[in-house]
Amino acid sequence: MNAILPLRLEEVSFAAGGRVIIERVSLSLEAGPSTIILGANGAGKSVLMRLMHGLLAPTSGRVAWSGEGARRRQAMVFQRPVMLRRSAYANVDYALKVAGVQAAQRDRLATEALEEVGLRQVAQRPARVLSGGEQQRLALARAWALHPEVLFLDEPTANLDPGATREIETIIKAFDAAGTKVVMSTHSLGQARRLGDEVIFLHQGRAAERSAIERFFPHPASPEAAAFVKGELAWA
Amino acid sequence: MLDAILSGLRLAATLDLRLWEIVGLSLAVSLSAVALATLLGLPLGAAIAVGRFPGRQAVIVVLNALMGLPPVVVGLFVYLLLSRAGPLGELGLLFTPQAMVIAQTVLVLPIIAALAWQAVEDAWREYEEQLRSLGVDGLHGALTVLWDIRFSLVTAVLAGLGRASAEVGAVMIVGGNIDGVTRVMTTTIALETSKGDLPLALGLGMVLIAIVLALNAAAQMIKEAAQRRYG
Repeated sequence: MNAILPLRLEEVSFAAGGRVIIERVSLSLEAGPSTIILGANGAGKSVLMRLMHGLLAPTSGRVAWSGEGARRRQAMVFQRPVMLRRSAYANVDYALKVAGVQAAQRDRLATEALEEVGLRQVAQRPARVLSGGEQQRLALARAWALHPEVLFLDEPTANLDPGATREIETIIKAFDAAGTKVVMSTHSLGQARRLGDEVIFLHQGRAAERSAIERFFPHPASPEAAAFVKGELAWA
Repeated sequence: MLDAILSGLRLAATLDLRLWEIVGLSLAVSLSAVALATLLGLPLGAAIAVGRFPGRQAVIVVLNALMGLPPVVVGLFVYLLLSRAGPLGELGLLFTPQAMVIAQTVLVLPIIAALAWQAVEDAWREYEEQLRSLGVDGLHGALTVLWDIRFSLVTAVLAGLGRASAEVGAVMIVGGNIDGVTRVMTTTIALETSKGDLPLALGLGMVLIAIVLALNAAAQMIKEAAQRRYG
């Protein structure tokens, strides 16, 4: 079912304006477990996801998908959703049209996707007047309609209140249950534990540690991760 | 002076035929020029905003310089192009309303393109990642953004219309201010004022102001309504 994974990063570095943001990251993402990219602000989480998704080109190193047509089989949801000035439904329809889906199938897929995220009632409302939480759910509906094999989420709940966060997390679990590989960045330990199967811990642009979620929290292997977990727990 | 204003008002209010012919031609010329400049200027502005092509910087410099070009210079340039000895002389367009449309299009295009470029560039900064993530290419993305901010672009088009309807130099040179053929509001005002016929000049002046006000009010209402509707 998953034709484009594993995704392999080989010695990937990214620098901008003379600053190295990602430094020689090598890893492989397999189908199945939900992967959490964890790290402090400025650790390079967003940039790493953009490199994986292809929005940025690595300064050196290689990002390689396994299958053909990987571009079309992945989607990304950003921290701040960007909606076109048209109805919620039309925003989903636009994504389907761009993906080359026939008009006859678009309506069913768009309606299903809006249903899935609980926005069927507001389908005809202008997307930009929806609340922040609703807009983020609409961003997820837009991704859902495309049935991606991989879904990247860049701190999708960073701007949302706890109620909206819970709704978003429920939808992310539904993606996982439907067989989509979830790759999500967060700095929230609670969210990592609720949604993740494994953690890639990023520290100053380097992948400092990678381990299963049940191992990572009680026993982080690297001193950086240990300090981060300890520091975050002090606030939790 | 008061007399002149009053008879100007009377002229405008009684829909004097001669006056309305002039008003009609003015509107036809300026609206055609703005329509043409919009058709060319919006895609051009969007291309500059979204595209990264060689010579982009040069296009920007030229565009910005052209924005401040005096209408008489544009008129002179178009005059040379259309004059019998000029490269487009065979078309026989000099001293026709078409020539005036061409001159005003040249005058207005840089304004519309430059304002569209700025608006699209701002929007593109917001949309780019999302659109690229969805797999939208540059051209399609530019069109999507243009359509999405179409109500903000009304301002750019209005600025163009303002310049077209207010200028006198370009239409005077390429149109020749021929009575009944190429005489428009601004050239009439200039002519009648120099002749001392203030009522007609004032009447036209008031009509001109009223039209510009009405267009701006309409555009503002469209923008507000769109903002409420689409956010």
